[in-house]
Amino acid sequence: MPMTISNDEILETIRMVQMENLDIRTITMGISLRDCSRTDTESTARAIYDKITKKAENLVKAGEQIEREFGIPIINKRISVTPIALVAESSSDQNYPVIAKALDRAAIEVGVNFIGGYSALVHKGKTKGDSALIESLPEALSTTERVCASVNVATTKAGINMDAVAQMGRIIKATAEATAHQGGLGCAKLVVFCNVPEDNPFMAGAFHGVGEPESVINVGVSGPGVVLNAVRKNPEADFGALASTIKHTAFKITRMGELVGRAASAKLGVPFGIVDLSLAPTPAIGDSVADILEAMGLERCGTHGTTAALALLNDAVKKGGAMASSYVGGLSGAFIPVSEDAGMIAAVEVGALTIDKLEAMTCVCSVGLDMIAVPGDTSAETISAIIADESAIGMINRKTTAVRIIPVPGKKVGDHVEFGGLLGHAPVMQVHPFSAQTFINRGGRIPAPLQALNN
Amino acid sequence: MTTKKENRVMVTVIGQDRVGIIAGVATILADAGANILDISQTIMQEEFFAMIMVVDMEGAKLPFDELKITLEEKGKSLGVQIMAQHEDVFKFMHRI
Repeated sequence: MPMTISNDEILETIRMVQMENLDIRTITMGISLRDCSRTDTESTARAIYDKITKKAENLVKAGEQIEREFGIPIINKRISVTPIALVAESSSDQNYPVIAKALDRAAIEVGVNFIGGYSALVHKGKTKGDSALIESLPEALSTTERVCASVNVATTKAGINMDAVAQMGRIIKATAEATAHQGGLGCAKLVVFCNVPEDNPFMAGAFHGVGEPESVINVGVSGPGVVLNAVRKNPEADFGALASTIKHTAFKITRMGELVGRAASAKLGVPFGIVDLSLAPTPAIGDSVADILEAMGLERCGTHGTTAALALLNDAVKKGGAMASSYVGGLSGAFIPVSEDAGMIAAVEVGALTIDKLEAMTCVCSVGLDMIAVPGDTSAETISAIIADESAIGMINRKTTAVRIIPVPGKKVGDHVEFGGLLGHAPVMQVHPFSAQTFINRGGRIPAPLQALNN
Repeated sequence: MTTKKENRVMVTVIGQDRVGIIAGVATILADAGANILDISQTIMQEEFFAMIMVVDMEGAKLPFDELKITLEEKGKSLGVQIMAQHEDVFKFMHRI
């Protein structure tokens, strides 16, 4: 029987896995909890625990089996659920942390490292369930280990809910205080979004949207190391050739996501949702988005030219990836989380990368100000103003943006905070010392932009 | 796609060339009842030996997981890296 694949191609695949950290970042099972609403939080929590542990019973086992069969590491197996504010709202009491604890227990029981969906969507306003959920965040995130939370405060269609933005500044501060002994770790599990996608498999922002099926398998690919190597091999290439190289590489990475997604879907008898084509860095050396930007010819990530380099990278990843998968979704773009990317950390430490440059970079890549540690005495209003800026970028550009910021209690600029594992460690970054308090205290909504009027 | 095709795996051996690599791997495969459809070898970076075998698992007595572990252990005793992966990985990565 003839070999349809050349030796070079086979060895290339093996090199990508063995030497360049190609892996599947996550298989995330989305589970609808819409049928778990009860009249009190205790019974709701029980229904949620029972449903998750039944639906996701074989998730980890199937993931491990696929890893062995294909020889491709699958780093995380995770679960996303219907935003809990929707599920819990029918409860007569507001003891929402009981539900967070049930999610945590379910995650431990089925063996997933994170469960996302302790979430509320409040871009235009809050219901009583949304209010209760948001108020419960500091307690929920400090008394659980694996639960991830998110709040969507803005969309292009609705504008920015500045009351929610103001509140989230206070909630982030309170969450940092509640987890002060862990460097404010609770805030690393809390994302504030604009234009949140409903099928994102990546944590901490994953939840199972209301338009999603009963359950679904979404896959997040990774592979900055593979792209880095491809860029390094072409030091002389002009931008067209460079973009082409990245596209080819992104195609191959995404094909692995498609393969794993289809295999997991078949094994679990759950429909396949999307592949999220994100370049997700890890703290491992060589698995860094900053390193790719530097390999393109920048002395340090964060210097002038970084935004242009990132725009090229992000666009080429999407173009290559879009060809490789039947269904692309989620966030799909390069991530620039500071604490999870060794190159970003190094760039901050030498003073090349600032919060302002990161904000500019978020205009041309996915997500936003991600895993940024700031001084513990940063005011709630300043954090709200940072969220407002990011939301404005997302709203005007019709894209997802997010803020995951950690005001580390007791730490000041230049200090370090260690979160451990995939969350990495972060240098504490400077924020502007001038106040935005009067602006934030105005309250109300920033109206939907002209971009929303496209019907 | 036929079911037969879906049961093919690629066995790759990478390392310093030495006597007995092909014999060692072929013996394990024969004992497992797995049929070698194709063998090719190449030298990578003028130094490493790379052998690629296409193996049909259709009539295999040993489950894939166990065969994979046996091959990996053999690799350790020969001082080379032996990997067994489902053929789909390669087909998917390079072809639509």
